[in-house]
Amino acid sequence: MVPIAYYLILAAILFSIGVAAFLIKRNVITIFMSIELMLNAVNLTFVAFAHMWHQVSGQIFVFFVMVVAAAEAAVGLAIIIALFRTRQTLSVDQINLLKD
Amino acid sequence: MQLALFLIFGVLAVLAGLNLLAQRHPINSALSLIVVMLSLAVLYWSLGAEFLAAAQVIVYSGAIMVLFLFVIMLLNAGEEVRSKGSKVASLIGFPGAAAIFCVLSFAFLSERDKLGMTTLGGDLTGATSNITEISHVLFTSLLLPFEVTSILILVAILGAVVLARKEL
Repeated sequence: MVPIAYYLILAAILFSIGVAAFLIKRNVITIFMSIELMLNAVNLTFVAFAHMWHQVSGQIFVFFVMVVAAAEAAVGLAIIIALFRTRQTLSVDQINLLKD
Repeated sequence: MQLALFLIFGVLAVLAGLNLLAQRHPINSALSLIVVMLSLAVLYWSLGAEFLAAAQVIVYSGAIMVLFLFVIMLLNAGEEVRSKGSKVASLIGFPGAAAIFCVLSFAFLSERDKLGMTTLGGDLTGATSNITEISHVLFTSLLLPFEVTSILILVAILGAVVLARKEL
């Protein structure tokens, strides 16, 4: 018997870690991974609430989030490869064409 | 029993998440993200979502993270260079993230009794298994969204192939 609130707080902790990693990290791939971490944290809240309401709708939503995350990872990593081909770097500090 | 399971894998997930933050080499970050995803799979299972636990292991840690590791090795990514980062990120971002966490924790803890407790195992509506229930909803009332996701995946495959071509 665990309070649902504990699961939700764990998800909040993971989401905050994801936000912090998104802001601190300077590598494009690691920034992309912190987005995945945030998606996972939100999925945990979906599953916890689905358990709370005794319904599968939340779990099906997580299923769709997983599908979208897989599509996003494929396209995003292809963009990163294209970016590396043109700029020869993965550091976000040096990818500043739009900024200058 | 469930509390022990929650504590072990919850703490493991948080520690691996912090390790993702602390490590400087992308490979180490990716490996700690795999640990986060596997412990989340155990937590899904303890919440009665067996199908999602299996899908988490297969799709997330099996497919997506392998894709990440392949790209890291393909691009030969080295240790990241620490720099100051943007001012706006540190001025607004970190207090913002901390505020989100504090507000959420406060809300969840104050509504703790109304949110209720978990019970180990599937306690969804029927006596049927979790997978039966999910597939019933997915293939009857949500059939159209399910088919649309296949088009989404197809578009994503084509986009990835076009974007990763030699000459862009």
